[in-house]
Amino acid sequence: MSTAPDLSDGHEPGLPGAVAAPGASPDVILRTEGITKRFGAVVALQGIDMRLKRGEVLGLVGDNGAGKSTFVKILCGFQRPDEGRIFVEGQPVEFHSVKDARAVGIETVYQDLALVPQLTVYENLFLNRELTSLGKLGLLSRRRMRNLARQYLDNIKVNMPDLDQEVEMLSGGQRQAVAVARATRLNAKILLLDEPLAAMGAKESALIMELVKDLSAQGVSMVVIDHNYAHLFALCDRLNVIQQGKVTVDARVADTSVEELTELMVSAFRRQLQAGQEALGEIAI
Amino acid sequence: MAQAAVTTSDRTPVPPAPPLEVGRGVSPASVLKYLVQRREATVITVTVLAIIYFAVRTSSIFQVANISVTTQYMGPILVIGVGEVLMLVLAEIDLSAGQVYLTAPWFVYWFWHNMGVPIGLAIVISLALCAAIGLTNGLITVLLGVPSLVVTLGMQFLLYGVVLVVSSYTQEQLPVLGTTYATIFGAGAWADLGWGVAIAAGIWFLLKRTRFGVHVTATGGNTLAAAEAGIPVKRVKVWCFMIVSVVSGYIGILDLIRQVSMDPGSYGLNIVLAPIVAAVIGGTALTGGRATVLGTFIGALFLSIVDDGLNLTGVSANWFYLLEGIIILVLMIINVRLGRFALRFRR
Repeated sequence: MSTAPDLSDGHEPGLPGAVAAPGASPDVILRTEGITKRFGAVVALQGIDMRLKRGEVLGLVGDNGAGKSTFVKILCGFQRPDEGRIFVEGQPVEFHSVKDARAVGIETVYQDLALVPQLTVYENLFLNRELTSLGKLGLLSRRRMRNLARQYLDNIKVNMPDLDQEVEMLSGGQRQAVAVARATRLNAKILLLDEPLAAMGAKESALIMELVKDLSAQGVSMVVIDHNYAHLFALCDRLNVIQQGKVTVDARVADTSVEELTELMVSAFRRQLQAGQEALGEIAI
Repeated sequence: MAQAAVTTSDRTPVPPAPPLEVGRGVSPASVLKYLVQRREATVITVTVLAIIYFAVRTSSIFQVANISVTTQYMGPILVIGVGEVLMLVLAEIDLSAGQVYLTAPWFVYWFWHNMGVPIGLAIVISLALCAAIGLTNGLITVLLGVPSLVVTLGMQFLLYGVVLVVSSYTQEQLPVLGTTYATIFGAGAWADLGWGVAIAAGIWFLLKRTRFGVHVTATGGNTLAAAEAGIPVKRVKVWCFMIVSVVSGYIGILDLIRQVSMDPGSYGLNIVLAPIVAAVIGGTALTGGRATVLGTFIGALFLSIVDDGLNLTGVSANWFYLLEGIIILVLMIINVRLGRFALRFRR
């Protein structure tokens, strides 16, 4: 698959359907093929093959600098890959901007970047899609927005007692819920979640986990990046480990464990360390 | 395996999120919370105190003639102040609004006197020029990335210069207009207040009841999020710059119709600061996203009452600015501290 040293600890499991069969199964909503990205001499991604099924929650694990953020930036259209292809529902797509990705239903949820703290919950949900009356005058139909927001939040089972509260007054978990709700309300089929449980208490985390599950049950597919294994095991159906710009492990959460992954990462780290020492030794000679 | 309990692929139940306690109950704490969170609370309190204080010190504060004079002083502060509210929500500022207020009457005069344009048309042309000034301020700010503080400061000097050059530093008089016309447009005892309240109500409506208003708040509150959502943030800003200029010019023209004479030496920076103070003590944040038109109204009222009260009680003019400065500082400290306090009520 690539010429880089294999760090996968003999795992190289799965990568099932990687180097994708052209007639990928119809339940695969998002697929990438050999995504490669270089920054000058640094190769950030060396051919990422990934599949995301409809309604699936896929976790991306990896150390800092492993390339998962770069990969997500490519998926959401913020950066363009040097090589490789992206397929959405089997169709090849090319993103020139975040807008392009959004147009095919891929939405990135950033907790604080996406919301206006001084606007209310329902105003945020309807940001730039406000319901108005009297046409050109643009009078806000606050009641209609409130009702629809209530309906929608009930639908995806988000508990938000006061829709008139300013987002600034909400807790981190509630804010995250609002951000996710807005993305899905706009018909996002694929959500990219960047550390959705960061800095959240148990209660808050439970809120978001519930939301993620309800959404995936309703057919929304999600890619989650997180450093925290416990979070990923709680949120995801499947995990992809990214090391040195490649997917080295692709496993269902049920088939692996935190211990196994930790061991994998640590042994990879040891090997790198060893390689580094050897290299240093050679230089010394 | 410990992880089995949190594995989701088999939909292991996670305890449902407990309801978050943000309900609204009526308790002393919630009343306090409401008062603290109302951004206008401080300014309302001190305004009432100021009225009581001056009412005790001098009986004439409640005389109709005095009130009508006070409102004439208040008019420009209110109108330019609510204009500045639009700027402050966007985390911008317009320092040229005071000079626009002074220059708009000169435009009217030049078109009417030097070019023989009928007065009504001259007013319309003048307002169009004010809009063009706002457009220029806005475009330089959003397209060239120069901070609005600097852009509008430059515009302030530029307009001052235009007035000095064209007028050759001579005072001019506008003819006294026909009575009904003049009464409605500025000369009537209550015209300033009437127009001021109407314009303030208009801007309140724009901010709180229209789609444009939400976009203004969003642009000021989180420009990135607003732009991401597809709001044309630059256009929104430019529109607001134009609105400030036009309302400032309009109230300037009204004042000219009342006062009749124009002094080219009047300096805009002296005029624009009181409205900004009114907006800020009223509870509008300089950092963007927070606006209160009601607060600005009360802020303008407060400044007018203090000004009037100090006059009536015969405080020496030398003490005037000193006292006003102290009052503003104390008010702002209370406002900021209360704001911090209010944030503690979250969650």
